[in-house]
Amino acid sequence: MKPMLKLSLSAALVAAAFAAPAFAGKTLDAIKQRGQLVCGVNTGLAGFSQADSQGKWTGLDVDYCRALAAAILNDGEKVKYVPLTAQQRFTALQSGEIDVLSRNTTWTLTRDASLGLHFVGVTYYDGQGFMVPVKAKVKSAKQLKGATVCVQSGTTTEKNLTDFSRTNKLDMKPIVFEKQEAATGAYFSGRCIAFTTDASGLASIRNKDAKDPKEHIILPELISKEPLGPAIRRGDDEFFAIAKWVLYGLIEAEEYGVTQANVDQMKTSQDPVVMRITGSSEDMGKLLGLDKEWLVRVVKTTGNYGEMFARNVGEKTPLNLPRGANNLWNKGGIQYAPPVR
Amino acid sequence: MSAEPLPTPRGPSPAPRRRQWSFRSEAFRGLLFQLFAVVLVGCGIWYLAHNTLANMAARGIQSGFDFLAQPAGFDIGETVIPYDALHPYWRAFLVGVMNTLRVALVGIVLATILGTLVGIGRFSRNAIVRGLCYAYVEFFRNIPVLIQLLMWYLFFTDWLPPIFEAFNVGGLFLLSKAGFSFPVPVWSFGVALALVGGLIGLLAAWLYRRWALRKFEATGRVRSLFWVPLAIVAAGMVLGWLVGGAPTAWSIPRAEGFSMEGGASATPEFLGVLLGLVFYTAGFIAEVVRAGIASVAGGQVEAAGSLGLTRGMAMRLVILPQALRVIIPPLTSQYLNLTKNSSLAVAIGYPDVVSIANTSLNQTGRAVEAISIIMAVYLVISLSTSAFMNWYNKRAAIKER
Amino acid sequence: MSAVFQPIAPRPPPVRTTGAVAWLRANLFGDWMSGVATLAMVAAAFYVLPGAIEWLFTHAVWRPDADACQKARGEGACWGVIVEKWRFIMLGRYPFEQQWRPEVATVLLMGLLVASCIRAFWKWWLGLLWLVVIPAFFWLMGGGFGLPRVPTDLWGGLPLTVMLATLSIAFAFPLSILVALGRRSSLPAIRTLCIVYVELVRGVPLISVLFMASFLFPLFLPVGKSPDVLLRVLVGITLFAAAYLAETVRGGLQAIPSGQVEAARSLGLTYWQTQRKIVLPQALAIVVPGIMNSFIAIFKDTSLVTIVSLYELTGALGLALNSDANWRPFKIEGYFFIALVYFAFCFAMSRYSLWIEKRVGVSRTR
Repeated sequence: MKPMLKLSLSAALVAAAFAAPAFAGKTLDAIKQRGQLVCGVNTGLAGFSQADSQGKWTGLDVDYCRALAAAILNDGEKVKYVPLTAQQRFTALQSGEIDVLSRNTTWTLTRDASLGLHFVGVTYYDGQGFMVPVKAKVKSAKQLKGATVCVQSGTTTEKNLTDFSRTNKLDMKPIVFEKQEAATGAYFSGRCIAFTTDASGLASIRNKDAKDPKEHIILPELISKEPLGPAIRRGDDEFFAIAKWVLYGLIEAEEYGVTQANVDQMKTSQDPVVMRITGSSEDMGKLLGLDKEWLVRVVKTTGNYGEMFARNVGEKTPLNLPRGANNLWNKGGIQYAPPVR
Repeated sequence: MSAEPLPTPRGPSPAPRRRQWSFRSEAFRGLLFQLFAVVLVGCGIWYLAHNTLANMAARGIQSGFDFLAQPAGFDIGETVIPYDALHPYWRAFLVGVMNTLRVALVGIVLATILGTLVGIGRFSRNAIVRGLCYAYVEFFRNIPVLIQLLMWYLFFTDWLPPIFEAFNVGGLFLLSKAGFSFPVPVWSFGVALALVGGLIGLLAAWLYRRWALRKFEATGRVRSLFWVPLAIVAAGMVLGWLVGGAPTAWSIPRAEGFSMEGGASATPEFLGVLLGLVFYTAGFIAEVVRAGIASVAGGQVEAAGSLGLTRGMAMRLVILPQALRVIIPPLTSQYLNLTKNSSLAVAIGYPDVVSIANTSLNQTGRAVEAISIIMAVYLVISLSTSAFMNWYNKRAAIKER
Repeated sequence: MSAVFQPIAPRPPPVRTTGAVAWLRANLFGDWMSGVATLAMVAAAFYVLPGAIEWLFTHAVWRPDADACQKARGEGACWGVIVEKWRFIMLGRYPFEQQWRPEVATVLLMGLLVASCIRAFWKWWLGLLWLVVIPAFFWLMGGGFGLPRVPTDLWGGLPLTVMLATLSIAFAFPLSILVALGRRSSLPAIRTLCIVYVELVRGVPLISVLFMASFLFPLFLPVGKSPDVLLRVLVGITLFAAAYLAETVRGGLQAIPSGQVEAARSLGLTYWQTQRKIVLPQALAIVVPGIMNSFIAIFKDTSLVTIVSLYELTGALGLALNSDANWRPFKIEGYFFIALVYFAFCFAMSRYSLWIEKRVGVSRTR
């Protein structure tokens, strides 16, 4: 009798295995059902995504997630933040562990085409730079001949460093670390002459991790283009549209002067563009599958793009990053959002 | 009447074999059980593979090992073979494998020497030596190897001076944050011939040792078993060097700009991994050696003493050869552990195969392929090491009845 | 008449072989080399020890004051970093107000482990105790049923280490017995499967198993389902531990004389009855030291899960110090602290293993 029991149990198991599961519901449905947006962020990059000792997350990438949650779930606080290292981020997104990756990720062809992702847009136009101690008396990156450079693995940094080194015949020696803390630790202990990552990351690290930020300078050369932005999985076009237009909406809001403070008053404005933004005239939200106050909620949660920038990485913050290329297209930068209409 | 031999009686004919197809037959149950197990495992693997392929198709993730032929696009900090960023991925992996083997082989040699000394030291007459060896073993065995690696690396990067202010021994050996730099001969025909001569000398020395041992067994006349072979190897190298033209060019390390030019360097990453692994594994090897020595019957030691052998000679000639048979199997697993622990180098920036695979994984997104390459590399190393040690073990095994 | 008895001077007493002086002569100055070594080491100790004691204790800074520590760099250790950060290091990112929960949970779990080691507790209700304490541990750590929920990625520090080690060994143990029996089975398919499993898993480093668990397990499951990171890591470590334990158990099985199995067969016991009643009790008693060794090894191996971003003890230290520039220069003191914690645990376990070995009496006499 016993062998029969074992046999039937295993047959049941095999049958269950053969019942190959159909593809589950789309990302948007899962988010709505869960009632929470799962957002992959950096383990700790000041200005972009960082948790304080109480566990509260702040930063530019964090604000994007809050904006997205405000649009879909009506509440910017219904977000679960999953800190990810550079190595884990893409598999976490691919496997469904997170819904959106908002982790200062560079938009490149390889990532867009071969990882099964869609990039939503650019939240920060950045470039890769070098940080060296002032003691090294180096004024330009082209003087770093034969230098040891600490980098973190899992990022575009290694490849850019190699390209720059080959083009300028500098024969740089990269020392590649798994974790960012190990890489910065090795730089600050003097193992490497230079540390390289996105310029915004350099500012954040110099400010937060250096004992005396004035002892380190960021070299002027930006050796690559690093457009940083959020990414989502392929396979849910509705979610893609919402994610894109939340970002464009934030930029449009800044362009037309809709701020966190005045968004309620702006509902009564007569400007046709503002009326569409606040949903007072046409219901743009319905086309996205949301309600007509979607952008109002978003701006009320995080402010417009300019306010997000100023609050997290702007001149009043320790990072003190200039708007530069991240300014609006009509103010000297290249942030240009397609119109909300 | 002529006697005819009686026909030899035949035994009863064997009962015809009947295959019993019922649960009461053990053979049939065994067959069924095996079939069920194989089907279960096969279905499990099919299920996992099907899901993986479905997931990858749904996400648009590409797969395949074709990425190995594409240019890697990243530099590697230290390489044994020439490599630059335009070489394909497979060459980058090869560099990683050679780095792993480099640290593993040097580590195995050093750990064995240190571990044997500490293991023998636990039987020393001197109580302080015994105590120190015991403390060493307990200390280094009970702290995880990752922490030891991190501490060694911290020591090297924090306490060593920067390149411009390197510790200088005779202008030839420099100790700095770039590691331990030492002069190497400039590679030329003469140097290559010297190495070939050294290898031939090694072979000659081994043959001499066999001859000397045979003569010792036959006549009892002791011949030098260490100094003469060493002299033979040295003579081979010198001869080869002379034949090659006696080149004397050395490459001396100097601090220039931001790096060390000339000579060869053992980087802090390499030293950190090496020393961390050596001290950790030596603790385990010391225990294995101790257990092996303790397993030799006490009568052997007493007999050696009664023959007038000193403690050193008794250890070398009587105890260690017998202990070796007990030591070899656990020693093998310690060697394998050291090799596998070298994969932790990824935490401190040493470019071993795990680190290279990590970089490739991130640049190409081929997680499944990169991880399977890592596992395949380690499997090959492990299986070949244990196969070799099994063969050696069979040769050295105590032949029982 | 004979002469008066003239006593001669008493002979000197024989050299004492007991007592302090005799011990010194035998152990420290046995022969000239030993004597020289002793003198050299004592001299080295006099040279090194005062500096070390100064750095470790006398000039060390015990207050959690970053500036004082900075001033004392190079002269004294900064134990203030431990005083300041010990909660973060031991408990990870667990929310501050709820930190009593991991503390209670760790004490419970460690109490259970210690109780399981003491012979006085080897009664029938020990198994039930396990079945009660483990869910209680998860309830305390995770929440639900009255306690606020805390997601698993916030668990960290010592509770995570102890939990991973305990659960992986607890689950790996039965699996390893099955695999060890399978490896000695006379059925070729079972034997091959078990051999392939053991050699495959033993041939790869734990890091690659953890990478596989963290990157690939989600791909192995149907689309949309993603298991908890903790669960994945636990499965990975369990499979790894089971392979090593299987080899240990196999060693024990090999030590049982085949006469035992033959006697069991002649008594009419089936295969499973033989294993359960005759072979396994003897085999497991023999390999208890090996199992303790495996436990120690797994306990140390849990430090590797930092690489997949679960912040157990080692990872929590890195997190605590790297994110705070004031305290980052004092990493070495932090490493000493967690090295001490690991050492305390592992040394206690190895002492226990020696005690068990003596009790079970497997060491051979000379």
